[in-house]
Amino acid sequence: MPSSRKSKADIQWDKYMVYFIFVGVFIVFAIILGNKGFLNVNNLVNILRQTAVISIIAVAGTFVMAAGQIDLTVGAIAAMTAMIVSLILENTNSIFLAILVGVGFGAVIGAVNGLLVTRFGLPAFLATMGMMQMIRGSAMWITDTAAVPISNTTFCNVFGIGNIGPVPVLVIWTILFYIVGIILFNRTPFGRHILATGGNEVSAGYSGINTVKVKMAAFIMSGAFAAFGGILYAGRLQAGRYSYGDGDEMSVIAAVVIGGTSMAGGTGSVIGALFGSILMGMINNALILANLSSAQQTVVKGAIIVLSVAVSNLAQKRKGN
Amino acid sequence: MSEFVLEMKGIEKAFAVPVLKGVDFSLKAGEVHALVGGNGAGKSTLMKIMTGVYSKDAGDIFINGKIVPIHSIHDAGRNGIAMIFQELSLIQTMTVAENIFLGEEVTKNGLRDTRYMNNRAKEVLDNLGIDVDPGTVVSSLSVGMSQMVEIAKAVSKNAKILVLDEPTASLSTSETEHLFQLISDLKQKGVSMVYISHRMNEILRIADSITILRDGIIAHTGAVKDINLDKIIMHMLGDGRGNRFHWVERTYPSDAPDLLTVEHLNINHKLSDISFSLKPGEILGFAGLMGSGRTEILETLFGIRKIRGGTIRMKGSPVTIRNTRDSIKAGFALIPEDRRKQGLVLIHSLKENAILPKVTKLCKGGVLVDEKAANEMVENNVRDLGVVTDGIHKRINLLSGGNQQKIVVAKWLNMQPDIIMLDEPTAGVDIGAKAEIIELIRGVADEGKGVLFVSSELTELMAVCDRIIVLYDGRITGSLSRKDIKTEEELQYAIQQEK
Repeated sequence: MPSSRKSKADIQWDKYMVYFIFVGVFIVFAIILGNKGFLNVNNLVNILRQTAVISIIAVAGTFVMAAGQIDLTVGAIAAMTAMIVSLILENTNSIFLAILVGVGFGAVIGAVNGLLVTRFGLPAFLATMGMMQMIRGSAMWITDTAAVPISNTTFCNVFGIGNIGPVPVLVIWTILFYIVGIILFNRTPFGRHILATGGNEVSAGYSGINTVKVKMAAFIMSGAFAAFGGILYAGRLQAGRYSYGDGDEMSVIAAVVIGGTSMAGGTGSVIGALFGSILMGMINNALILANLSSAQQTVVKGAIIVLSVAVSNLAQKRKGN
Repeated sequence: MSEFVLEMKGIEKAFAVPVLKGVDFSLKAGEVHALVGGNGAGKSTLMKIMTGVYSKDAGDIFINGKIVPIHSIHDAGRNGIAMIFQELSLIQTMTVAENIFLGEEVTKNGLRDTRYMNNRAKEVLDNLGIDVDPGTVVSSLSVGMSQMVEIAKAVSKNAKILVLDEPTASLSTSETEHLFQLISDLKQKGVSMVYISHRMNEILRIADSITILRDGIIAHTGAVKDINLDKIIMHMLGDGRGNRFHWVERTYPSDAPDLLTVEHLNINHKLSDISFSLKPGEILGFAGLMGSGRTEILETLFGIRKIRGGTIRMKGSPVTIRNTRDSIKAGFALIPEDRRKQGLVLIHSLKENAILPKVTKLCKGGVLVDEKAANEMVENNVRDLGVVTDGIHKRINLLSGGNQQKIVVAKWLNMQPDIIMLDEPTAGVDIGAKAEIIELIRGVADEGKGVLFVSSELTELMAVCDRIIVLYDGRITGSLSRKDIKTEEELQYAIQQEK
């Protein structure tokens, strides 16, 4: 066994890649854009606020991808949930009902995704791609593309624009979801079952793990978390719009993968996904500060995603698998 | 010009320990040459050297009397050597013709000339008496037919030397007859074949020459007409036979009520009436050729295969096994045949693998995994089973085969099952670890657990089993008490269905 003498640090290298990249990019921006307000506390808090939705959906995204699956419906679920929630609020003014139905909707879509994958044997990519289009289309259809304003200020404060002391509620929500996600992933049997299912489904089955149930749970979680993301969109922008979360599925995948979760499944890091998400938000912010046109921003953003995933893949290759 | 199409002289190969110690092997034109030997005797290593999969440490290979370097499968192919693998290597989604022409597609104006290739494939197949439409997609063919297509593919590429590795293991009787017909046709055409099999009656029937390997040396080589089953088995086992693991007669309460009773278990059309029982503390072995149904019985008891009929009783009360979870709950554990694919999550650590089935029960307050208890449990496993590792967080694929297998055993011992089933637990494990695993099986049974033990290595079965069930083609053809088996030969006879 030539590879058996590798040190522990070498094996874990790819897992920490995101933090190196994060710190590196931060330092570069701090130097280049320091005089343009990048390091301003308001600006930094703003980055966290803007990335909150992606960060939260990426918690569940880590579970989905660590289980070897993929969920492309999250952006569409967020949009549809925002529509549902704002319609319920305008008609009943019941925050409780709006949240219940909104998150319930996400969970049901997650369950449908899960069934398509586990019972009907569709590849997750195709199943969720089709579902994504159906949901996005429904979100446009429900009000014939019209936005639905939300006048319930309590709702908007709690789920969007409010602050607790100096801290925006969006940041609080992010922290809460990450605490729950990290505990669930790292400390419960469910987390282990997710990793085993993604790492070797046959072996997980031979170990008595109900891999169908595990995958279902991951998709349901992803749907519910995406719905909550939609609620935060509605709260932050005080309205429901069909266009919310367009392309979020890709941002979530990028955040999760940059965060050290393998697209093939079997490895994953929830906290890594947070850093992946904030890293992308930071880049976004910096490109705006640097006065790049939106066309240029898009190009640079894409390049940076490719670069960071390539770097962590290279780190993984060095590991010799 | 030599009378041999292929000669291997003084072949040596070592993987940490020497596997081939100066082997000479020669193949005449148009002969079927049987290659026989126990597991680990060096058969597959020798063939992998011949087909360019492995490189040799010493020795030479001659083709038609001329020395040739064979460093890769392509070198072997250029010299007309092809191997027909046990797990077939055709592309399932492509047609027979596309497979035959794979990598050598014929084109017309830059496009694939499908009609020409189909016609040419048809010629090749007809020529060999293989009745299949070249436009058929391979996945819809039976195993036997796929194998013949694979042979046709090799022959169409001018292979003059074919290596057939256990070709009849998964074939029905009529498919086997078909294959034998094809083999004799090929012989007429001057193709030479190396025939690897554990089935002696087949060898005696179709082979012209035989070479018997034992522990990396040639124990015997000669014409098949000058040898019989007794002599083959004698050469395979050698003089120091069975002395590697000593049998110690064990005592277990043989008058105790059954721990496990299986009656008329129906698994599929081939395996439809399996009945046996197991006492607490008893080690029951299953012997049989590849494809005789040993693995299927264990997998069915573990809930991996559907039960079509029959009853399973644990300590007298019937249990329903619909899936692996039911089976684990009933008290079963399975150390599966394929350690890497079924037993372990290779990219995870030793600890994660060892706690996997147990992890839901390792919780503080029912929610969070008690990592301290988990670490302690795995540290104990490592100590008790003598796993060689520099820590429990090491990735399992960095451990040796023997140590990996110990972790698979540990993962199930942690569940404290009533019955442990082991399917070829010593495959791909070095001799030292083998002995330890054998010892481990004995220890588990001494604690009063029941053990079902499947192995192709008769020495191992003979070393620990109290009773051995012999399977042939899906039927139980014998149930022998270890006390009554005097020699490994007797068991080998029972497996070969010869008196």
